[in-house]
Amino acid sequence: MSDFFNGGWSDYIALVSLVGIVWCIWLLASQRKAKVVHTADGAVADTGHVWDGDLRELNNPLPRWWAWMYLIFCVFALVYLVLFPGLGSFPGVLGYTTDGSLMKSMTTANEELKPVYAKYVTMDIEQVAADPKAREMGQRLFLNSCAQCHGSDAGGAKGFPNLTDGDWLYGGSPENIKTTLINGRAGVMPPFPQLDSKQIVDVANYVRSLSGLPADDLKAARGSEVYKSNCAACHGPEGKGNIALGAPNLTDKTWLYGGSEATIIETVTKGRMAMMPSQDKVLSPEKIHLLAAYVWGLSNSKQPATAK
Amino acid sequence: MSDIPPGGKPIPIEVIEESLYEVRRKIYPRSVTGLFARWRLILVFATQLLFYGLPWVSWNGRQAVLFDLIQRKFYIFGVVLWPQDVIYLTLLLILSALALFLFTAIAGRLFCGYACPQTVYTEIFMWIERKVEGDRFARIRLDGEEWPWGFRKWRLKITKHFLWLLIAFWTGFTFIGYFTPISTLGSALIHLSLGPWQTFWLCFYAFATWGNAGFMREQVCKYMCPYARFQSVMVDKDTFLVTYDKVRGEPRGSRSKSADHESLGLGDCVDCSICVQVCPTGIDIRDGLQYMCIGCGACIDACDQVMEKVDYPKGLIRYTTERAIEDRESNQSAIRHILRPRVLIYTAFITVLTAAFLVSLATRNPLRVDVMRDRGALAREVEGVRIENIYRIQIMNASENNMNVQVKALGLDGLKVLNSQGQVVTEIEVAPASNLLMPIKVSAETGVNQPGNYPIHFDVIAHEMSGDELITRKRDEKSSFIIPR
Repeated sequence: MSDFFNGGWSDYIALVSLVGIVWCIWLLASQRKAKVVHTADGAVADTGHVWDGDLRELNNPLPRWWAWMYLIFCVFALVYLVLFPGLGSFPGVLGYTTDGSLMKSMTTANEELKPVYAKYVTMDIEQVAADPKAREMGQRLFLNSCAQCHGSDAGGAKGFPNLTDGDWLYGGSPENIKTTLINGRAGVMPPFPQLDSKQIVDVANYVRSLSGLPADDLKAARGSEVYKSNCAACHGPEGKGNIALGAPNLTDKTWLYGGSEATIIETVTKGRMAMMPSQDKVLSPEKIHLLAAYVWGLSNSKQPATAK
Repeated sequence: MSDIPPGGKPIPIEVIEESLYEVRRKIYPRSVTGLFARWRLILVFATQLLFYGLPWVSWNGRQAVLFDLIQRKFYIFGVVLWPQDVIYLTLLLILSALALFLFTAIAGRLFCGYACPQTVYTEIFMWIERKVEGDRFARIRLDGEEWPWGFRKWRLKITKHFLWLLIAFWTGFTFIGYFTPISTLGSALIHLSLGPWQTFWLCFYAFATWGNAGFMREQVCKYMCPYARFQSVMVDKDTFLVTYDKVRGEPRGSRSKSADHESLGLGDCVDCSICVQVCPTGIDIRDGLQYMCIGCGACIDACDQVMEKVDYPKGLIRYTTERAIEDRESNQSAIRHILRPRVLIYTAFITVLTAAFLVSLATRNPLRVDVMRDRGALAREVEGVRIENIYRIQIMNASENNMNVQVKALGLDGLKVLNSQGQVVTEIEVAPASNLLMPIKVSAETGVNQPGNYPIHFDVIAHEMSGDELITRKRDEKSSFIIPR
């Protein structure tokens, strides 16, 4: 594309635009001397074109207002090309860009919204979560920015945490939620190529036994040794997880990727990469504040957070 | 045109050479009274009473007719239309077009001559002009050499324009009153606290009225209006048009009242040129049908008065058809040609569409439902006991009453509709003229159905109290339910 916009092209396009306008003006001017002759019976002369035997094309002069309007539009075009971009790569003296115009309207919109958010910014997350109007706004923000992964009901999906169940990978305090929103999170479970498949089956059975799921006792017993040397560093000696790392608690009923033996084997073999994107550059601090309150309220609020 | 009649007065014809720009020759229509003038007056009053009066009518404690562009709701008496109802606008436009075709096929530019805003406002403005400056000749003299700009001329012109602008601004004000409640608009106008856009549109429509009805007048009909250009394809030999009966009238010429004009070889036209003087578009109807003729019938009224004076039968210029003129038929036999295929087809279309329009408006369902599947996740398994699919349901209540809505999911056995918290959705309340978006889950037991994609549908039932009457509205919205492998 950039080849197309070297200097030559720009000049060529500018020339075509200007020649077009000049040609329009010349066209009108060239017709000024055109005379209209009335035939002897007072009718206006026609162009000699006849259709259907009696349909003639008259050669009426232009109304003056029309001609003036034509000229005014030609002048308008020239003025426009001076003020706005349009003449090749000439940016126009006003410096208008669609991008700038978008930014300007965004800024204006944010300025207009400031008072709406202002009252919530100073409030604590818990207070905001109790405010129905704030919850409504929070839900709209959530549906726009978060529901694509976490679901419209915030119930999550495979690989995307459920935000309504009070079970938190990185901690569920308002500050934790806000940190997650602002900085994003990268949850990495490394793959274990050093383990052979037998060891992996063993450790999978052990992990299932931790949360009381049916498991092979013999394999689980063997697996506990594998667990201690490979998994306990992150998931803790008792499998309670670690919110500093986002390592899941393996003793509860919540599974991010699924708790079947096959799924756990897959997790240990290949590892898992999870990514919560940072919203810092995407959403304003005020919106993040509202969102944090909404998400916190999903599992802490006594009131149902549906749209009413 | 025919040759110059012997003994008749020839119309002076110069071979004029003009430049490209035609300078408008101002038209000074002479005032006219008579049958068609009276009809036009009736229609001026009818249309303008409607236009100026309608915004002031109340209905259920709100303005009866209000097009609220910001809220995107159109209130028309008992009906509230939402953007989704745009089909009615389409139907209305189609109906208007067909009605125009029908009237044109029957009697030419009826709309132009009697009901078009351009004609109506020009008529009002010309009436003021006549009251202030006098009739045709007085106005020509006032604008001519006789009256240089002096006190009297200034006084008349200023009075005229003041009255014109008064009406123009009132028109603009009324027009905006259809889009913002006119009573608040009125108080804002009195306190000079109109918003910038309201001020702009008020001035815009006032200026447009003043310019179109005061200055542009027949030029709108001649040069701007597309209808003038395509009406010619909608008339045929049986269309009633304002027609000069040239068989009866020619050769034209002046004569003394006692003279036997037939022995002089003259037709009935006394060449008084009154038909030209009264014409608002400045044409000579005796040249035959022209596209500039707006079918107002002023020349008919004027000519009939002259015919009465000289004791000739009326109707030298009359509404008649091309076929009647050629075949020398009476108007009664021309009327028999009205019911021809073209007219019948238009009428049939209009009847069918009007019926469709009214039926669909009467049975319009103010409950609207949209269901959107979440696109991020197809389905979710919960603790090995049930499958959930997530949807967003949007319930729109386009009525003016509260609605209590129940949502059921059907199509698979044992489907439950839950809210975000996982409670079964029993009844949702939707406020009048509002819409509600809520995420819902539909859950099914695992292991009952094979994995796959099942079509389901949401049965939405709403109860609204209209006065003492309980109305039940239903909607059925299709979607799909996915059971993962």
